[in-house]
Amino acid sequence: MKSNPVMILGLTLIAGLLAAAPVRAEDAPANCEVPAYLLTSESKLPKVETAVAGDRRLEILVVGSRSSSIPSSEASAYPGRLQAMLKEALPKVAVNVSVELQVKKTAEEVAGGLVKLAELKKPTLVIWQTGTYDAIRSIDPDDFRAGVEDGVAALQKAGTDVILMNLQYSPRTETMISAPPYLDNMRVVAQQHDIPLFDRFAMMRHWSDAGDFDLSSTSHGPDLAKRVHDCLGRALSKFVIDAAHVNPAQQN
Amino acid sequence: MSSIADQIAGPSASDAAATSAPAITLPAAGERELRLDLFRGLALWLIFIDHLPANILTWFTIRNYGFSDATEIFIFISGYTAAFVYGRAMLESGFVIATARIMRRVWQIYVAHVFLFTIFLAEISYVATNFNNPLYTEEMGIMDFLKQPDVTIIQALLLRFRPVNMDVLPLYIVLMLFLPIILWLMKWRPDVSLGLSVALYAATWQFDLYLSAYPNGTWFFNPFAWQLLFTFGAWCALGGAVRMSAILSSPITMWICFAYLLAAFFVTLTWHLPQLNFLMPKHLEQWMYPISKTDLDVLRFAHFLALAAITVRFLRKDWPGLKSPWLRPLILCGQHSLEIFCLGVFLAFAGHFVLAETSGGAGMHFLISVVGILIMSGMAWVISWYKNSADKNAKKKGAVGNADMAGGG
Repeated sequence: MKSNPVMILGLTLIAGLLAAAPVRAEDAPANCEVPAYLLTSESKLPKVETAVAGDRRLEILVVGSRSSSIPSSEASAYPGRLQAMLKEALPKVAVNVSVELQVKKTAEEVAGGLVKLAELKKPTLVIWQTGTYDAIRSIDPDDFRAGVEDGVAALQKAGTDVILMNLQYSPRTETMISAPPYLDNMRVVAQQHDIPLFDRFAMMRHWSDAGDFDLSSTSHGPDLAKRVHDCLGRALSKFVIDAAHVNPAQQN
Repeated sequence: MSSIADQIAGPSASDAAATSAPAITLPAAGERELRLDLFRGLALWLIFIDHLPANILTWFTIRNYGFSDATEIFIFISGYTAAFVYGRAMLESGFVIATARIMRRVWQIYVAHVFLFTIFLAEISYVATNFNNPLYTEEMGIMDFLKQPDVTIIQALLLRFRPVNMDVLPLYIVLMLFLPIILWLMKWRPDVSLGLSVALYAATWQFDLYLSAYPNGTWFFNPFAWQLLFTFGAWCALGGAVRMSAILSSPITMWICFAYLLAAFFVTLTWHLPQLNFLMPKHLEQWMYPISKTDLDVLRFAHFLALAAITVRFLRKDWPGLKSPWLRPLILCGQHSLEIFCLGVFLAFAGHFVLAETSGGAGMHFLISVVGILIMSGMAWVISWYKNSADKNAKKKGAVGNADMAGGG
């Protein structure tokens, strides 16, 4: 960390502000701690590990649906935040995160085009965010699982590491969209293919329960979305670093 | 000491068997099996709690401690009581009358389902007009159904479009539709009927039978698979439980059940404490997962059987606690299952809504659950009171009591 004294000062200031203010201000930096077990995975990212240690280049491709973006402020969405945080954590590594949005496509439809995308961008790591559109369309969970499996297998064959990212926690639509079958099936595929699963759903639920974010808010502004994505990007960078066994301290 | 068979089937099972005219035996009328009401009431409470977002009370629901959950209890007891009530009607009044009564019940359940659907439509419309958070642009895609209300409503009436948490009633409707055939077969050869049911279940897994849903996918509860539990309930009600008594009272059965329940408990523990995941052998995981709820996985069915066997063994029919006022709310809820089930689904909707509006924390959550259960119990009490007074009036006029009052379906 190059700015330790500054950071400590900043943290002290924030702590002071929090202690002084009776209610947390809306625009304060988001407080979004994640339970440790959500940030670690038994599965590894060997390709990322060699890429970081060897050629010091890390090309990450995020393949996702609309929940991987924020309308009209793309840079604040989690892929952009991931790039910023990885660059900060690994200053000697050339990190590049690109995004391919596959809007209104089921996992099965996306899976077919994954290898082509991977050939085009030559990523070391593909982060595949999926499940929401399948849940909305209530695709048969077995078909969904088969689609995710095909995609993951194809990517692994193409020689990239893969992380699966599941649905958002969305309390307002909980009675309309049934997430559990899709969450379960993604967990199964991750287990069977020994790849890390970034449990976005559990994290957002944790933040909601802890009162960090009011995810039922009817506010129309992009502010909440930006803060949530910032937290997701931060958690994701920690997750990648942990699963790839990269020690940020050694990179300095 | 009374045998387990007596506890299940009521005191006069042997008398009924002695007459031995039909292939099935029915316990005497009048004597209500309070344990059935108790556990159906419990299932209704648990279904309500499970339909709310997770909160403290969720930790008391059985799905956290094993494979099966309240749905299994509900469907099994529904099969049991439906066979009990309409089986008697079939023996006394014949196939046609019994079928007509069952169809009337099916119609009631169908209307209840449509009623719940209109409430769902109102809720989704409200969210569509008032909630426009950029974080959830994608999730709002669910509102596309509102763009084609004609199609959506027709599909809902055909039971093909079913909102979240509204899957149990369509399953129940289909199972009840086939109840006349099940009962007719049972009257002929109960064991053969159960065998056919098992065969259909096996065929469902072998040939992937399902009912398609709208806009995609299949019924969440596959009736081809779940009929096994319903038919098994009917079989138990019509004398099967009596014939199984030797198995049920054997200590070997008891220990197998305990061992299985314990194993299931450890497996579920690894779901809630992912830190324990390393204890699970990979081979076992690959063989076991996913545990299908849609097709009533054998592991779930076995888990329910084990729970039921243990319950029947340790909770006696004549346990005085069944008459205690503390269990009265549960029993009343179980006695009016259709009304209370629908009320529970509605209250879960309302609970979600209040939680979202108030952004309530754990305290609010707990309050909603408790208030919901109080409302369900209060409603069950009112219905009971009304039916009792209506019954008295009917007796004065000499009308025939109807099957619902005996707890039908």
